[in-house]
Amino acid sequence: MEDTFAHPELRTPENLVYKRTELLVDRPLSYCPGCGHGVVHRMLMEVVEEIGGRSKTIGISPVGCSVLAYDFLNVDMLGAAHGRAPALATAIKRLWPNRFVFTYQGDGDLAAIGTAETIHVCNRGENFTIIFINNGIYGMTGGQMAPTTLPGMRSSTSPYGRNTQIMGNPLKITELIARLPGTYYVTRQSVHTPAAVRKTKKALKKAFECQNLGKGISFVEVVSNCNSGWKMSPVQANKWMEENMFPFYPPGDIKVDGELVPVKETEKSEVVK
Amino acid sequence: MGELRLMKGNEAVAEAAIRAGCDGYFGYPITPQSEVLEYLMAEKPYETTGMVVLQAESELGAVNMLYGGAGTGKMVMTSSSSPGISLMQEGISYMAGAELPSLLVNIVRGGPGLGTIQPSQADYFQAVKGGGHGDYHMIVLAPASVQEMADFVKIGFDAAFRYRTPVMILSDGAIGQMMEKVVLPDPIPRRTEEEIIAQCPWAATGRLPGREHIIITSLCLDPAGQEKLNLRLQAKYREIEENEVRFEAIRCEDAEYLFIAFGLSARICQKATDIARANGVRVGLFRPVTLFPFPKKQLYELGQRVKGMLVVEMNAGQMIEDVRLSVGCHLPIEHYGRFGGIIPTPDEVVRILEQKIINR
Repeated sequence: MEDTFAHPELRTPENLVYKRTELLVDRPLSYCPGCGHGVVHRMLMEVVEEIGGRSKTIGISPVGCSVLAYDFLNVDMLGAAHGRAPALATAIKRLWPNRFVFTYQGDGDLAAIGTAETIHVCNRGENFTIIFINNGIYGMTGGQMAPTTLPGMRSSTSPYGRNTQIMGNPLKITELIARLPGTYYVTRQSVHTPAAVRKTKKALKKAFECQNLGKGISFVEVVSNCNSGWKMSPVQANKWMEENMFPFYPPGDIKVDGELVPVKETEKSEVVK
Repeated sequence: MGELRLMKGNEAVAEAAIRAGCDGYFGYPITPQSEVLEYLMAEKPYETTGMVVLQAESELGAVNMLYGGAGTGKMVMTSSSSPGISLMQEGISYMAGAELPSLLVNIVRGGPGLGTIQPSQADYFQAVKGGGHGDYHMIVLAPASVQEMADFVKIGFDAAFRYRTPVMILSDGAIGQMMEKVVLPDPIPRRTEEEIIAQCPWAATGRLPGREHIIITSLCLDPAGQEKLNLRLQAKYREIEENEVRFEAIRCEDAEYLFIAFGLSARICQKATDIARANGVRVGLFRPVTLFPFPKKQLYELGQRVKGMLVVEMNAGQMIEDVRLSVGCHLPIEHYGRFGGIIPTPDEVVRILEQKIINR
């Protein structure tokens, strides 16, 4: 890309406060402005760089908005069929046990069409990391209802709001897989504030470090917005997410070191419901 | 060299995979092929050669494990039977599109639907004409004995890696289940990680310093790019048609009439050929061993010399379409098929040859 910076003389080592990791390809992202994918991509690649995983990491992108994640993540990548990323990762981690392996999946990919693969890798205790971006909607195909769409939430296939009597209930798959013996670290994060971004990065790093322990799946859900699909501005979408998504999908650790984290009394009704 | 054993066809496939240096087997139980997975689990090659063996949650899981392993340059295989192979079509199409080497074994049973667990050859169209979506082919090998079940594993893997394509061994429930003597090849060690990285520079094995990252995908949204990919695939299939045709011609030199059959039907027709010859009729058997690529030229040439052909298949008439396309319309080419797990007898096909071709 053309360098349009007006004062290149200011670009000196002592002025350097932030540098894009070399593991993020230098090209415009295909995501909508305001989308959380770009931030998660950056955190993910910074973690891979920091753990020295550049030549030892194999990633799998899904079908969905992040189908082209392999164009931005500068590590070896495979594009899976819709929902099947965990099956690919199973084979790759077993065939290359000394590699870091991750899947990067959206809610439709992971919690609808790929539910069987998700449940079974979490139950077998495969040793890779699942990064789960949950924005409660199918973004790429134009805003249809997802398995995680909230009750009453509008989408192009629930235009009057999700009627759970007709369309069924949203699936809290993260709580579900946390109860399986093959998951070791399960957490839910977000990337809507700088503090949340830092916590997400920490969670990703812990997830990758778990792969070396051989104790099962490390699973990082990122509750994210989809301002295009939700038909809001990015700022409105983040506010709506805090007010509506977080009560249903509360951020925080769900399982740490193989042990379920006790649910806070205030959240119990929502989580267990 | 080699080792003589009495084995089921399914067991021979499994043992041959271990001996071929296979890196991973991913499968799901289904009759009549479950012995492949059972044999591997009993043999525990993960303790000897280091070969991964995993029972997947479904055939969908298994075929996508194959896709993952193949995308990293590993030598991977699966096996199933017809309904399970139908479920795998998505993954096969993706592997064809992403140009990944893998081996799939179909121990065919009668269909459609849940059908029966008895042997059939009704998956010819699915294996040879596509099965999954998009313009692609697999190399399809049709064994007619337990020996060939073992031999075709190595041949299949070699072709898969030479052309970076999925390869299918299209067998059936009878050959999978029957026991015959088989000479097993000497074991070949699995390739080391360094060898895989050197031999498969296209594979996603981890981005080494000094090279771009590898992307394994069948997606190309740009129409011009997608057409280019398709043209490359088609060029590869023409190369396969040029170099990989396998067939067996039995007593064809002086034959006036021919049986055309593959796999188990060819075993029946070989006996039928002997019976017909004993009756004084000069009959031969032509057996396509590769169903794709199909031995078109050889059949065309035979079609210039013989008076008629009977295509015998355990289906309603599938390979006969390729026989007719290869030979033309200037001589009678008829079909005889049994379905639902019924295996025709040699006397039966001789009688049909007389009725439909010789005395027509």
